[in-house]
Amino acid sequence: MSAPTAEAAHTLRIEGLHASAGDTEILQGVDLEVSSGRVHAVMGPNGSGKSTLAHVVMGRPGYEVTAGSVTLDGVDVLSLAPWERAQAGLFLAMQHPTEVPGVSAAQALAEALALRAGDDGPSDDQLERTRSLLEAEAAAVGLKAELVARPLNVDMSGGEKKRNETVQLAVLQPRIAILDEIDSGLDIDALRACANRIEALTEAGLGVLAITHFTRVLEYLRPDEVHVIVDGRIVDSGGPELAEALEADGYTPYLPEEPDAGVAVSIGGLGSAPAAGTGASAPDDPFADPWADPLDELG
Amino acid sequence: MFSPDLVDALDGSDALAKRRRAAADRAVATGQPSFTEEVWRYTPIDDLDPARYAVAAPGGTAGPMGLMSGVDDGAAAVVHIANGAVLDVSVRADGVRVDTLGSGADDLIGTVAPEGPDVFGDWNLALASAPVVVSIDPKAVLTDPIVVHVHTDVDGLAWFPRLVVMAGRTSQATVIEHHTGGNTPALICPLTELSVGDGAHLGHVTVQELGDAAWQIANLCADAGRDANLRIGHVAMGGDYARARIGIDMTGRGGHSEIDAVYFGRGTSTLDFRTFQTHVAPHTTSDLLFKGAVDDYARAVYTGLIRIEADASNVQADQTNRNLKLSPNAWAESVPNLEIENSDVQCSHASSIGPVDADQRFYLESRGVPTDVAEALVVRGFFDEVLDALPSEQISASVRQRIDELVSDADFTAAL
Repeated sequence: MSAPTAEAAHTLRIEGLHASAGDTEILQGVDLEVSSGRVHAVMGPNGSGKSTLAHVVMGRPGYEVTAGSVTLDGVDVLSLAPWERAQAGLFLAMQHPTEVPGVSAAQALAEALALRAGDDGPSDDQLERTRSLLEAEAAAVGLKAELVARPLNVDMSGGEKKRNETVQLAVLQPRIAILDEIDSGLDIDALRACANRIEALTEAGLGVLAITHFTRVLEYLRPDEVHVIVDGRIVDSGGPELAEALEADGYTPYLPEEPDAGVAVSIGGLGSAPAAGTGASAPDDPFADPWADPLDELG
Repeated sequence: MFSPDLVDALDGSDALAKRRRAAADRAVATGQPSFTEEVWRYTPIDDLDPARYAVAAPGGTAGPMGLMSGVDDGAAAVVHIANGAVLDVSVRADGVRVDTLGSGADDLIGTVAPEGPDVFGDWNLALASAPVVVSIDPKAVLTDPIVVHVHTDVDGLAWFPRLVVMAGRTSQATVIEHHTGGNTPALICPLTELSVGDGAHLGHVTVQELGDAAWQIANLCADAGRDANLRIGHVAMGGDYARARIGIDMTGRGGHSEIDAVYFGRGTSTLDFRTFQTHVAPHTTSDLLFKGAVDDYARAVYTGLIRIEADASNVQADQTNRNLKLSPNAWAESVPNLEIENSDVQCSHASSIGPVDADQRFYLESRGVPTDVAEALVVRGFFDEVLDALPSEQISASVRQRIDELVSDADFTAAL
């Protein structure tokens, strides 16, 4: 990744972050720093808290931050409403993008862009320009233009929703983007297209926090740093070689030894059926993802 | 509730006079309804004091255009009735005839609803002082709507608007009924009959934008003939208590019907809907979608019944009611029912009541859309499919704009 120019650099800093859902503490002290032009991968087994990290940074309701801080260029992110975080330059590409009946991406993004421009609601012209931008970005990731005109995520396949997230990311041009399992549901061509688009954005200064279970996406997104999250804590950090080690050994070296056999947690996915007790430390996480079929994930 | 002797003061054919008297006798025998009866469950009907209202027909002037702005310009016919009297009838297209009391169509009154369907329906037949009968010629294709404006602005008035639509065989037409009112208390008990001939395509839209003090107890009774296509739209925006009972009888083989309603309750209003999709003939379909929002202290009740009679095989009937609760003090109830006497049918019903979806709001917020704008977008989006389904694009557009105005300044966060 090219180094960002000094004046354009932005930094998302997460320090000692603790967060709970209900009575369950999911994040137990996360420290991370993502700057412009850098790609960080956060990898971990199911239930490790990686999706919670994405949600908490963006301010999804349902979590309580009990300790720690999140700042963007020194501004306290946690005191902001989710939309203010987005206006400050954060973006969350969701793992399961929500269907919003009757609301198109153009309508939503035109509102956001008008506000950023200091306008009181989008003009017809801004709406039209947003629509054109969306169509151009859709073409860049191989998404049919008519899909971006539809109500958000309604009647779209999993892969189309993910591409649609990338399209919106590219139109909004945030400072720091959090990608929550951007690869799930994407076939290899779509994954390459989305990753290439995001990589181009990083070269223009976008900072990326890519949350993923599998190493596959990292072949395309090429992280500068890889972090391993287990039980709500970053337990290891390193360069791209760390992802290779994870590919070879899985998360097992990071998990507490359990008396039962069958703690076979692989990240490659091939042949790794979901075993019981795979280190899911937070079964109560309301947004924890059910284990997806690994073969599906491989597309 | 009212004096049956009022019947004697009304014009009309002898046969109609006889039926009016019989209807008044039935209504007197029925007496005043109570919320302990199932059909008045959840309603404030016990608050009704007929002594507060006087039955009369003082007439007056036409009401505001409101949601109908511009619709009359290209209409095939425009009728104005107000406060119990016909003000004006203007027919501008071939293939449609509009009759009023004594002009030769009196015996068509009661074609679909010869009795009831409730005590207010019987009082309507007995006391309708300004009935309007719209007859569409067989095979006539009317591209422009027939508009009936019904306005009430006399303090304490009780009256009984009646509209009869006779859609001839294979005709095509759309009728829009527009109810407006002042801010004074009044009791309006409309009854609309839709007779859809074999192969006819009829659209009917009710646009209700009554004042805050009005009570409306409305009935709509429809009968769809063989291969008929009936599309009913209902828009309810006003009234202190506004009830609409909509009953469609699918009596002709191959008939299809759609019923779509949009409602938005504010202040302390109560909106009350009763629907009956009755399938008598085989190979018939009916598809119902009611979507509404309640804000402030408003209440909404939806009770719907799909009834499939024994001979009605190969029927598809669906019923969906969705409610958005936009304030912690608003209230909604939804009671869908099925009554099926034939096993060769496909029926579904679904209902929901809830606040603005938190996931949808968060999704929009995560793009940088402020909370209030995100909520307004979600509420507008909620109504999108049912607005698209209304059988008048002009009404869809004006109601969409009204909802935009209602949600753009509102703050729903307190409901969450």
